[in-house]
Amino acid sequence: MEEHTRIPYSRYLMVWFALVLFTGVTIMVAGLQVGGWSVFAAIFIAAVKGTLVLFYFMHLRYESGMFKMALTVAMLTLAVIMALTFADVSFR
Amino acid sequence: MTAVAVPHLEEHHDPEGSRFGMWLFLLTEILLFAGIFLLYAVYRYQFPEDFHYGATTLHTMVGAINTIILLTSSLTMVLSIAQLVRGDRRGAAVMLGATIALGLSFLVVKIFEWGDKIGHGLFPGSEELMEHTAGENMFYGLYFGMTGLHALHVIVGLGVLAVMLVRVARKPRTTVRIPAPGNVALSLASDDGRRLWDDNADDDVDGVEITLVYAKNEELTDKEVTKLENAGLYWHMVDVIWIFLFPFLYLIT
Repeated sequence: MEEHTRIPYSRYLMVWFALVLFTGVTIMVAGLQVGGWSVFAAIFIAAVKGTLVLFYFMHLRYESGMFKMALTVAMLTLAVIMALTFADVSFR
Repeated sequence: MTAVAVPHLEEHHDPEGSRFGMWLFLLTEILLFAGIFLLYAVYRYQFPEDFHYGATTLHTMVGAINTIILLTSSLTMVLSIAQLVRGDRRGAAVMLGATIALGLSFLVVKIFEWGDKIGHGLFPGSEELMEHTAGENMFYGLYFGMTGLHALHVIVGLGVLAVMLVRVARKPRTTVRIPAPGNVALSLASDDGRRLWDDNADDDVDGVEITLVYAKNEELTDKEVTKLENAGLYWHMVDVIWIFLFPFLYLIT
């Protein structure tokens, strides 16, 4: 990206629209009272929204592999910390 | 008289390296918030009823409005960058101003929301909460802690955006410094030999500074794109954190 990439405005608008739509969906799903699934659904939808912001608004999609690698390493570190914490808490 | 060659426009500029540095910083921020999310998850697992009750006392509608405000501010942020990339400084400044206005609205909503809870005596260490269960105390402690740390990031982000607004709204400029100790009189001429300006004063200085303000300069505008992109990355990261805070605090009941 030596010359700054020119992404059409319409793509940003579409991403924003999807984000607002997912916000509506997550509120609707929370109202459905589907028990344990509601936690899963809320986290899943938040992850989708976060990914949209990272890849389109934060341009991760147009960056080199080095950026994606750094994010992957951070996420894997996080996964390990979470797994170890829950392994500790649930078998106490 | 000596002519001084000024190597001002040859300075090193590495947009990708600059953005990567910002990303590394943001990853540490994400891990900071992730640690608190983990704390929330563990206590929610330990006190399911209290966290369920706590979440029902928060107003989903207020949280949803703030979510839409932040999402829209992220949109105006990318549009601001996109316009600066196309060389439109005015358009970029307008969109950046909109981003700042939306960020301020988010904080105003947050103040009313906190005020409402504090008005009901629900804040960490309050007499009212002392009579509630340990789980509820954890919930409100985490609610104020997490939204408070997030709001702090919004405030910092707004400061960064305000600095960028000043840089983008004014004409592109570059400053060169020439060391010239002694008593000097200044005379300024353009490359083609036209006399632009003379100063016959005999001032005692250590050096002089010349600021060139351009009506239009694509090279300098391009350098500001990198700075605006990094400010934007920070702002979007604040948005991503809220995207996770909203369902965790307001929705999972």
